[in-house]
Amino acid sequence: MIIRFFHQMGSPRYFYKVAGKLIPWFMTGFLITLVWGLYNGLFIAPPDYQQGESYRIMYIHVPAAWMSMFIYVVMAVSGLISLVWRIKMTEIIVISSATVGASFTFLALATGSLWGKPMWGTWWVWDARLTSELLLLFLYLGIIALHSAIEDKRVAARAVSILALVGVVNIPIIHYSVEWWNTLHQPASITKFDKPSMDMSMLIPLLTMAISFKLYYGAVVLMRARAEIIERERNSRWVQEMVEEEAK
Amino acid sequence: MSTLSLTSAFSLLLKRDLVLAYRRRAELVNPMLFFVLVTAMFPLGIGNDAKLITAVGPGVVWVAALLAALLSLDSMFRSDFDDGSLEQFMLSAHPVSILVLAKILAHWLVTGLPLFIIAPLLAVLLNIPASAIPTLMLTLILGTPVLSLIGSVGVALTVGLRRGGVILSLLVLPLYVPVLIFATDAVKTAIVGIPTTAQLSILSAMLVGSLVLAPMATAASLRISLS
Repeated sequence: MIIRFFHQMGSPRYFYKVAGKLIPWFMTGFLITLVWGLYNGLFIAPPDYQQGESYRIMYIHVPAAWMSMFIYVVMAVSGLISLVWRIKMTEIIVISSATVGASFTFLALATGSLWGKPMWGTWWVWDARLTSELLLLFLYLGIIALHSAIEDKRVAARAVSILALVGVVNIPIIHYSVEWWNTLHQPASITKFDKPSMDMSMLIPLLTMAISFKLYYGAVVLMRARAEIIERERNSRWVQEMVEEEAK
Repeated sequence: MSTLSLTSAFSLLLKRDLVLAYRRRAELVNPMLFFVLVTAMFPLGIGNDAKLITAVGPGVVWVAALLAALLSLDSMFRSDFDDGSLEQFMLSAHPVSILVLAKILAHWLVTGLPLFIIAPLLAVLLNIPASAIPTLMLTLILGTPVLSLIGSVGVALTVGLRRGGVILSLLVLPLYVPVLIFATDAVKTAIVGIPTTAQLSILSAMLVGSLVLAPMATAASLRISLS
């Protein structure tokens, strides 16, 4: 059953159909969790005893940072699958994820520096996590640039898959080397968000926002994948039949 | 020829690349010149403050080394790609990753090793104390092969592109960060006079790791670029 489902999802035509049905669900879930999470995070949750109201930006910042890493891993895993089994759909997932991942990384950086201005007094600090996030953004941009530079989309997808895999091997190394570099040169003087315990009234909105961002990613990646499928398969019969049917 | 062993294929390819490089001697000097020039620009930009120059010295040498490596990377597979011999390597009976390793080694001998040789001169220019120069050279001899190895993946991915240069730097520079961090840190520690075993061990680990993994990724990337 499950194996058959995966086989079917490997076919662009079937994927296109299923994705079309899934997108509204993802979108509704995203909107509900977004409104609930933002309301509870921005209005209901108590202000922080140290950071006051400024900490509330974490309801965007932390989920965005989580997503930036999560999406890279998704890309690397689907890259591996597409290199080993040559499945078209996972290639499309790699490409469709790159822009969303880069946007989340940028969002995490931007909100981080907005938070840094009142907390640290400057927009940018060469803090270990900010720096690794910046390098992650460069990795995403490299993937996007390489994909757009190669004409043949299937070749581009495979090249990008290799790059994503090389990146995923390097990300832990980069992260820990940046941490080493940071601790040696500027001892951690600023405590960050992750206190050992967080009050439930703060934690639950945060987790809701994380789910919300995941649903958003799901919806957007499916939309982008559908667009990519149509573009790649524009000469195939099922696309032409579908277009003719909709024209009627 | 059909019974050519892997070791002789490796050494033949290495010899061929070295001879080709030797025939174009004028180009051999370029990465080294670039290395010296970039390094010489920094004191001019920073100002004539001996202490400050010593402080930024290790970083400057290493950033210049990264840029010099980046500049010379493009030539790694370029001519073989243009004249079709790269496709012949792909068709050979030997594992492509080993052949690729020969090319990387040749490339490093031609572009990475000169940086190592000229480094003491730069150290003097940048006011790095003599006691730290051996460490600087050690980091270079451990670090520059890593640059060539990681870079080879990027070159293999972009070799078929007409305007690969800018993309190559975008792909490769973020991956160079760990080498940069540990190498400069080792030199800075050596200037203060503290043992640098930890940094050098990590650099060696990076060298071994990339020596094992990078040729495989490069071979796979070349196959894609040539398909």
